[in-house]
Amino acid sequence: MGPAPEVLEKFKKKAEIVSAIVSEVDSLTQAIAYTVDLCAQKEACQLLMSGCEESLSDKGKDLCELKQWGKIIAAPGLNEADMAELVKQAASREISVIKDGLRNHLAGIDIGFTVADYGIGETGSLVLDSSSEELRIATMVSEIHVAVIPKSRIRATAEDMYAELKGYMTQKPNYLAFVTGASRTADIERVLALGVHGPLELHILILEDK
Amino acid sequence: MQKAKNLSEYNKELQQALENTFLRGAMDKFATAYPVGRANAFREYDIAQLIEEVAKVKDAGLGRLDELYAEFKAKAEANGVHVHLAKTGDEANEIIARIARDNKCRKIVKSKSMTAEETLLNHRLEKDNLEVTETDLGEWIIQLRKEGPSHMVMPAIHLSRYQVAELFSQVTQQDQSTDIQRLVKVARRELRQKYAEADMGISGCNFAIAETGTIGIVTNEGNGRLTTTLPRVHVALTGIDKLCATLEDALKVLRVLPKNATGQAITSYVTWISGANECQTAPGSKKEMHIVFLDNGRSEMAKDPLFAQVLRCVRCGACANVCPVYRMVGGHQMGHIYIGAIGLILTYFFHGKDKAKNLVQNCINCEACKHICAAGIDLPRLIKEIHARILDKEGHPLPSLLLAKLMKNRKLFHSFLRTAKLAQRPLTGGTQYIRHLPQIFAKDHGFKALPAIAAKPFRDRFESLKPRVSAPKYRIALFSGCVQDFVYPEQLEAAMKVLGAHDVDVDFPMEQSCCGLPLQMMGEKKACIDVAKQNIEAMSGNYDYIVTLCASCASHLSHNYPFLLGENDTAAKAFSDKVIPFSAFMTDVLGVTADKFKQTQERATMHAPCHLCRGMGVVEQPRKLLALGGYEYAQADLEQVCCGFGGTYSAKFPGVSEQILKHKLNDAGRTGAEVLVTECPGCIMQLRGGAEKNKSGFAVRHIAEVLSDHLK
Repeated sequence: MGPAPEVLEKFKKKAEIVSAIVSEVDSLTQAIAYTVDLCAQKEACQLLMSGCEESLSDKGKDLCELKQWGKIIAAPGLNEADMAELVKQAASREISVIKDGLRNHLAGIDIGFTVADYGIGETGSLVLDSSSEELRIATMVSEIHVAVIPKSRIRATAEDMYAELKGYMTQKPNYLAFVTGASRTADIERVLALGVHGPLELHILILEDK
Repeated sequence: MQKAKNLSEYNKELQQALENTFLRGAMDKFATAYPVGRANAFREYDIAQLIEEVAKVKDAGLGRLDELYAEFKAKAEANGVHVHLAKTGDEANEIIARIARDNKCRKIVKSKSMTAEETLLNHRLEKDNLEVTETDLGEWIIQLRKEGPSHMVMPAIHLSRYQVAELFSQVTQQDQSTDIQRLVKVARRELRQKYAEADMGISGCNFAIAETGTIGIVTNEGNGRLTTTLPRVHVALTGIDKLCATLEDALKVLRVLPKNATGQAITSYVTWISGANECQTAPGSKKEMHIVFLDNGRSEMAKDPLFAQVLRCVRCGACANVCPVYRMVGGHQMGHIYIGAIGLILTYFFHGKDKAKNLVQNCINCEACKHICAAGIDLPRLIKEIHARILDKEGHPLPSLLLAKLMKNRKLFHSFLRTAKLAQRPLTGGTQYIRHLPQIFAKDHGFKALPAIAAKPFRDRFESLKPRVSAPKYRIALFSGCVQDFVYPEQLEAAMKVLGAHDVDVDFPMEQSCCGLPLQMMGEKKACIDVAKQNIEAMSGNYDYIVTLCASCASHLSHNYPFLLGENDTAAKAFSDKVIPFSAFMTDVLGVTADKFKQTQERATMHAPCHLCRGMGVVEQPRKLLALGGYEYAQADLEQVCCGFGGTYSAKFPGVSEQILKHKLNDAGRTGAEVLVTECPGCIMQLRGGAEKNKSGFAVRHIAEVLSDHLK
């Protein structure tokens, strides 16, 4: 059973207000195609946007050098079949796909691809079980985070998934994240800037899963 | 940080802040943008109800902190977390230094924690040669500048892009542009390297949920996630007041906190950590995780019937955002470490009376903070209470003692005012203003023309002015307050005409005196109680209502009297229940209509007195009354922001008072109104004096006067 139309609308609206880019997809294969396209269309050195072209201290620069200058999509949480599909589609565009070893890529990767656990209509937030360290790092060091959210998992409020949230919190251990829009700051003159530490862009793909 | 030894040194620091043009500009922009963003964020909600729920869940938690701590500790320890309880800030710092030592940590990254600012944790860790890097952009900036935060949520709000560019140029040894987007990217790169190297991460904590042993961290930048993920050791430092029973409680606070702080529906990241999670660089791939709870006087405070509410604070910073004084001088002058109204209070409890003694006097008592507080804390009352406590300990200054003595004796006080009238004669030059100030006042107080004391106080004229009403609809007692009685009797005279024309029988009990608010502002609580008793006795006749034309008197009589005399004092309760401001009486009780007044449609704007719109919740009534009275009401920007008077405040902090007034007059001037109307003689003293000095081009009048002008 999917969310009421007004809940879905609100989810989209609230996510877009905080600069998330929201689309709908019919299948995970389509979501993968969207992601690979997005990665292919990125400027070859999109990473420049995240600061390596700036005048940095020597140490800050060192980290930029570590980056392998090919495009990378990290998808730590994907099941085998979806992973195979992603690898296949990415290979045709000369994009590499990784699912672990994210600590070797702290300088940055192009896209972190995840499937979110729940969506909160009230605030346009994604709920992501981030207990896997690889997933946590992938969603933080990527320039673009693409998250798929099955439509049936979008609820009106956090209280409407209270039992599920508590379920996560009673696991031993658990790291749960509410993610709303891209990483942001307004610490200099209250001017909004996206991507201060985490992703510069958040793309949400609402997956039809009737 | 507070360094001023006395009020005069503090005033000098305030003056410097007032002269900082960048700061003033930044604060002005923020003060006008914040209310719009907040209103937007709360548009679909019943704000009062949300705030009440926050207060309720916080109070419930504060009543059983020991229990919640025990439950949290058991759950978290079962999940591989080490839980510590520190009595003092130093103890917390030692625990964290020891954790660093035991785990052979060298480099530390930190996400935002006000609690770590409270304990001055960085200083302690740096003593052990640990490299500590703040990763919140604003915190990093002020750390590099070796400053404290000037706002709880936006710690570097006092700095310009030029200052940040210069700072980053030094740090990177490269020239940096002043483009904010590029500066943010420089920080992203430089700090990413710090995360990669760090072996310990220190975070704050917004929620500590007892039933699951979970901590919740609210951030926008995402630095909280990196800090708690990459290093092999994680230490969370939190006050015990962040304990709550359930996730449900935490969600209630989360619904209000970001909206009240920055006008965001929710922050970009809310992180819930339950137990020691996977960490590939740690032994056994498991994070070494510690949670340090800090008491530092909190458990004592939780038992205090009045001050327990302080611990409801969710650190949203809104009390600073709406404070007219904060707007003028910024955070470094409005707190020691914690900033804003809550900062004045917390400074006293966490950092001692020496740091707090000047600060607590810098509250203008406008109550804007109380009405924006995410947890419904009665901030101005607590600030006044602390001021009184400090005076009781340190000794009351002579002028304050004299005033207390004088005001307790009504006859003495009133004859003093009558004598003052004679003494001022050479100064007025026959006008209604004091033209030349005695030298002692001259320098700082010249920004407004001060009114002269009236030739004949209202009390001496009452009998001749009393309306003769044959079949009265209501019998009321007029409470004048000293300013109207002795300075502006014409306002009461106008009210008598309007009331008489509406068949109201007015009495003026002669034994009434000053309401006592000035005493409270000066921290003279005992004298304040004595005066309250006298007034209740004086007004004990058989009246339907006690009407006052002074908003400050109204609010003090109705809210502070029952507080001062105790909630069980039935006479105080009966008295305060009868108190009603003039405009509310006219509209809500009398239900006046337009046909009594000439409809000229003269353009009028309003200043909503703090103690009327917030103190009494009377907002629409004066607007309505103005329209019924035949005026065209033009709303000024920030109509409900204080005029800068604050009674004795404007004498104590003339520089700040002057600047607040200037903004007010500019906002009123932009409406193009011919008259600025308000409902408090204190505000009139400030506004009229300022408008006269600045040649603002509009009259300043009491609402009773403009109504009386239009009576048919």
